[in-house]
Amino acid sequence: MSNSEILVKELADKYGRNRESLMPILQDVIEVRRYVTDEVLVSVAKELDLSAAEVFGTASFYSFIDTKEVGKYVIRLCKTIVCDMKGKDAIIGALESTLRIKVGQTTPDKKFTLFTTNCLGWCHKGPAMLINDEVYTELTPGKAIEIIENYMHK
Amino acid sequence: MSKMINLTINNMPVSVEEGTTILEAAKKLSISIPTLCYHEDLCVAGNCRVCVVELVGMRTLQASCAVPARDNMQILTNSMKVRQARRHIIELLLSEHNADCTKCYKNGNCELQELSNEYRIGNRLFADLVTEKNYTIDQSSPSIMKDDSKCIRCQRCVRTCSELQAVSALAVSGKGNHMKISSFYDHPMHEVVCTNCGQCINRCPTGALIERNYIDEVWEAIYNPNKHVVVQTAPAVRVALGEELGYDPGERVTGKMVAALRRLGFDSVLDTDFTADLTIMEEGTELLTRLKKALVDGDTSVSLPMFTSCSPGWIKFIEHMFPELLPNLSTCKSPQQMFGTLAKTYYAQRKNIDPKDMVSISIMPCTAKKFESVRPEMRDSGFQDVDYVLTTRELAIMIKQAGINFMQLEDDKYDRFMGDSSGAAVIFGATGGVMEAALRTAYELVTGREVPFANLNITPVRGMEGVKEASIKIENVKADWSFLEGAELKVAIAHGLTNAKKLMTAIRDGKASYHFVEVMACPGGCLGGGGQPIPTSPEIRKKRTEAIYAEDEGLPIRKSHENPEVAAIYADFLSEPLGHKSHELLHTHYKARKRY
Repeated sequence: MSNSEILVKELADKYGRNRESLMPILQDVIEVRRYVTDEVLVSVAKELDLSAAEVFGTASFYSFIDTKEVGKYVIRLCKTIVCDMKGKDAIIGALESTLRIKVGQTTPDKKFTLFTTNCLGWCHKGPAMLINDEVYTELTPGKAIEIIENYMHK
Repeated sequence: MSKMINLTINNMPVSVEEGTTILEAAKKLSISIPTLCYHEDLCVAGNCRVCVVELVGMRTLQASCAVPARDNMQILTNSMKVRQARRHIIELLLSEHNADCTKCYKNGNCELQELSNEYRIGNRLFADLVTEKNYTIDQSSPSIMKDDSKCIRCQRCVRTCSELQAVSALAVSGKGNHMKISSFYDHPMHEVVCTNCGQCINRCPTGALIERNYIDEVWEAIYNPNKHVVVQTAPAVRVALGEELGYDPGERVTGKMVAALRRLGFDSVLDTDFTADLTIMEEGTELLTRLKKALVDGDTSVSLPMFTSCSPGWIKFIEHMFPELLPNLSTCKSPQQMFGTLAKTYYAQRKNIDPKDMVSISIMPCTAKKFESVRPEMRDSGFQDVDYVLTTRELAIMIKQAGINFMQLEDDKYDRFMGDSSGAAVIFGATGGVMEAALRTAYELVTGREVPFANLNITPVRGMEGVKEASIKIENVKADWSFLEGAELKVAIAHGLTNAKKLMTAIRDGKASYHFVEVMACPGGCLGGGGQPIPTSPEIRKKRTEAIYAEDEGLPIRKSHENPEVAAIYADFLSEPLGHKSHELLHTHYKARKRY
């Protein structure tokens, strides 16, 4: 058995093999692996006796289940209207030039991935971004760069 | 009797059974409400919204396909508010739809086009988003083409693949404006679990899912003076082709179809039914041999029950989903493929034609047959046995292209030599048909008497029930078959792969035991195939079924073993069923495929 198969089997033992177990299993995979691969999704489909296309369909619905490889730190900058009006574009510019990647890309050292995301619920303190599970608010380009530099040295 | 509900639609009173939807209630008053995601064979989705109606007293419009009628409802199907909403819905669908209709394969048979026409959608209110969408076209499969630029995300295909076929090769992925219909990780259709059954094509309201068509290749073969082009026609085509050419469902057009094929320029017009009869001889003998090995010789390696192997959608399904049951599959090739290999051997020798100068075409109710014809297993003649497979729909297109006035044609007859067939072969096109044909022959072979059913009609194996079971007691057998004396032959029949899955699971888990099992991938059997005219509905399948059985009863020969051409091919070429030559040409084995 591959590592993915072992992981998924353990999770299926933990949560059960009904269709309702699909989400908790995927969430735990994300917890351990940060993203899912076709290999993992096939293992889930086999364990739960579902079609692989359905498992992929479910996974791809959720913004926080990445179906492609992402870096160690995933930056999700809010793109919704309030953050947009509070200067989200300037933050994107700062992040892109600091990381030397475009939105949707991962740095060659696989450390950072930059995404935009829908509303994070921090409209009153926009612009806001998440780095993994940490939230950063009231960003300015300078502040954003400083935060990223801290992560670079982690 | 269930409770009756009284309501008014467009101020006309109507009374319907409880549970009836507004859409169905409107039908009772001869009011048509447009639909796109709704399909009689599938569960309600309610996602396209085009069927909205006004419910007086309610602020928002209601999807009539999803809302059940209730007492005292006042429904308006044609108010200003409804018309405007529908118009906007159609326009919004079109704003993301590649509406290059004149160059679309489905031009003239597209539900979205019809609606757009009905509502005379002209200058668009909404921006055209097609150019920004980065749509993809998947042409990887030899059977099915998927063009996302035509997709309106009604999910009929998704429901078809899941509810009717238990495959779910297609699912919904992404969300919001990124939502699309996709295979696993959007892999090419040729690489995923798709069985090529084409049921999704049959239900797609637009041109998003269509068959790979080979019309131009066939015309090219016909026009090539150096090629001898033979054509075979499957049993289910003759009871459905008429629907594309002006007839009502259920019209048998065998004679006219043969006449049209001759006018199209095929060198020889032959019948797949001939090899359907041959299949019965081979498969029947195989079944009896397996039974003998198991019952007399005590050979435990023999796999029973034996499964039929005519339906290529079913074959690919079992390869993906139940590879452990592959040994149970009859080794017989499908009638199409038996025909293909015999055309380029037996026929070619008799006619003194070099098989390399032959092009072998088949007309099928099926899209999976296109995939089957290019399988590496199907080259036993030394060439690709069947060169091109056309669906019933493609043949209709060719007939129209050739300017043939189909309804005016005089009936014609198949060419002799691989053109003769029995009623048993015709019923291959309906669920239970192969079983019935096999029983007619096997029973008589073993007992010397006809099957004990009035007029040879084995009614327990007929009908639209998903899984059918029957048994037949074998008594007073001939000396050779004494081991079968008093035996009860148990059979089962499934159509639609969801039913096949149920049956296979029961067999695999040892919860059901049979001797012989027939499976057809498509609902109703081949007559409801993925290559048949669109639309196909439960009512239409019923009409085609009646036509199939009428065709059987109208034929002078009703049993495969009485087909004189079948006797001739064994005398002149194959020598005996399951003989050396049969094995070489007519039998094959299939391999397990990945389930995911």
